[in-house]
Amino acid sequence: MNAASPEPVLKVEHLTMRFGGLVAVCDLSFAAMHGEITALIGPNGAGKTTVFNCITGFYKPSEGRIALHHGDPAIWQELETATDRGGRFLRRPGGALFLLERMPDYLVTQQAKVARTFQNIRLFPGMTVFENLLVAQHNPLMIASGFTFLGVFWPRAYGRAEKSAVDKARLWLDKIGLTSRADDPAGDLPYGDQRRLEIARAMCTDPVLLCLDEPAAGLNPRESHELNALLQSIRQDHATSILLIEHDMSVVMEISDRVIVLDYGVKIADGPPDRVRNDESVIAAYLGVADHEVARVEAEVGL
Amino acid sequence: MTAEAPSPKGIDPVAALKDAALAGLLAFGLFLPLVGFKTVQNMRNEIELEARLPLLFALVAIVAGGRFLNALIVAPWLARRVRARPRREAAGGAAVFSRWLTPFALAFVVIYPVLALAIAGMGGAAKWIDNFGIQILIYVMLGWGLNIVVGLAGLLDLGYVAFYAVGAYSYALLAKAFGLSFWLLLPLAGILAAFWGVLLGFPVLRLRGDYLAIVTLAFGEIIRLVLINWVPVTNGYAGISGIPRPTFFGIPFNASDQGFAAVFGLEFSPVHRIIFLYYLILGLALTTAYVTTRLRRLPVGRAWEALREDEVACRALGINTTNTKLTAFAMGGMFAGFAGSFFAARQAFISPESFTFLESATILSIVVLGGMGSQIGVAIAAIVMIGGTEITRELDFLKLVFGSDFDPTQYRMLLFGFAMVLIMIWRPRGLIATRDPSAVFRKRRAISVELVKEGHG
Repeated sequence: MNAASPEPVLKVEHLTMRFGGLVAVCDLSFAAMHGEITALIGPNGAGKTTVFNCITGFYKPSEGRIALHHGDPAIWQELETATDRGGRFLRRPGGALFLLERMPDYLVTQQAKVARTFQNIRLFPGMTVFENLLVAQHNPLMIASGFTFLGVFWPRAYGRAEKSAVDKARLWLDKIGLTSRADDPAGDLPYGDQRRLEIARAMCTDPVLLCLDEPAAGLNPRESHELNALLQSIRQDHATSILLIEHDMSVVMEISDRVIVLDYGVKIADGPPDRVRNDESVIAAYLGVADHEVARVEAEVGL
Repeated sequence: MTAEAPSPKGIDPVAALKDAALAGLLAFGLFLPLVGFKTVQNMRNEIELEARLPLLFALVAIVAGGRFLNALIVAPWLARRVRARPRREAAGGAAVFSRWLTPFALAFVVIYPVLALAIAGMGGAAKWIDNFGIQILIYVMLGWGLNIVVGLAGLLDLGYVAFYAVGAYSYALLAKAFGLSFWLLLPLAGILAAFWGVLLGFPVLRLRGDYLAIVTLAFGEIIRLVLINWVPVTNGYAGISGIPRPTFFGIPFNASDQGFAAVFGLEFSPVHRIIFLYYLILGLALTTAYVTTRLRRLPVGRAWEALREDEVACRALGINTTNTKLTAFAMGGMFAGFAGSFFAARQAFISPESFTFLESATILSIVVLGGMGSQIGVAIAAIVMIGGTEITRELDFLKLVFGSDFDPTQYRMLLFGFAMVLIMIWRPRGLIATRDPSAVFRKRRAISVELVKEGHG
């Protein structure tokens, strides 16, 4: 919220995803700004999760470019160079540019630093809360353990390296209020705690962009209020931009800086929450009527 | 709750009688065609039915009587016991038990040969150290190795014996062809087996569950068939004999002047070699356990367990699941390779017969019975399974009961099947049904296995 004209951290251009004959996402272009919370909303089946899966490498898009940058925004000028060169990324001293559609899923997190959560929570239920947060720091720990060899033959050196990982886990345990339950299996936690743990686990990978798939689903009003506070604090205290899918309008309208509305895989609105809220085509999509009928239906339901 | 009457069904003799009569009727109906009549040939080669009414009624009486006693005495007693049992006592007892089990077990296996010598004497000890000690420890080691693949990484491997075979044949062939020492070939056999683990890993990376199990099963068979048919190298069914024995750091175990007994001023005895082999496999098995324990606390081990819990979440956290799976196969294969080269050195003879599917199944059932992921459980299961096999050879006194034709070893598989069914009813997730967390924030708490996934691939 500091910069007057925020730079994009993620650019999605002409993204199309086809499953056989079904076009789930059609020629979608949008940008997520640095340090902002961008919400992706739309009726059921609009293709929101498909967009997420494309960004995080779980799907290979049929067409389009998904680019993300680290560091100096000036590197955006080299986007075409990077695309033509054919590699997965372009590194310069001041920053780096990643073409996410070319990367396999685990590299999207490991190299491009995009973390995600899932619509149906995917924790490691048989591992403790603390272990869940340690698994998320796999890649730095793997290097610290000398790709296991050092860790087996020289446990003490690795023990020192593990300390910073434990500190980071402690920080996030405090933040989500689960310190007292750190040694309980994640599968034993109540639903709301599991949601927050999944976010904390994603944050332990040090992401530049955090993608949240319906983080408020199934939460009661108090819990979704806590979630808002958590997301705000992530945006303020960490250099992490947030992209979220959400149905809970109290979350979307309260915290997001920018809202993108999808319907049948097509973008129908894009802008600040206030403008999107009053957009005719958005109301039409949510009410399930054609644009010209909106006024009549609104009058009928008393809006 | 004090006013709660004892369940009327429990001690009602009339209901018990009814129950017994019904059971007796059912038993009569069942046994009448099965036991009640026997076909016999008479003098003219005609088949006649012979009624066996006393036997039939004896069986029906046993069923009805047993049912009656059950309804009258056993069932109420069980119900009372379940109600009276305090919930926490069991947990406290288990904690004390598990704290002292490991040190006690370690001390026992270290002094076991001494105990055997003291009790059975020089002559009798060989059997106890070799058949029980070494044999069980080989399977403990194999169980711990397979535990990495199945228990931690959750990848069902039905062809584990292939790596054991690779280790055994690597040692046998290289030792015979180049005369290299056991100590050099032991790590080499492990590396070769790990290499085969990676080779197997590549094609099965995308397979899950049943499909993975089938391909690993096929891999085990391929290795065995190659060993059988590649006669110029492996000598086929005839196997390889005269494999060099391991030496005590260069000192052979024989009756010569340079032999172990002569050098240490002892009287020559074959038991020396057996004791040496015992401590060798003990060292190898404990190395396996130590390395596995360390690996679980390292990122790679945690990634294995995370892979078993949820592969998609692993990828979303930036874990390269391909490498993680391959390292699990390689580590598991390596320990089987160590065990295989020890096996070849101990037997001095190997043939494809030793590496059948039955071996894979035995090792897998040790892991499953022990409780997937639990090292103590796997060790206990190996002792029960392999020790149980060996102990049936010792039950000669049963011949006094059942006559001299009775051979207890013939009933081995029956006993196993029975034990397995019982375990699967009472402890479906193995003997040790808790998971020990790999990292502790404040207080170590065992995790109930109900939350732990079994893996999907």
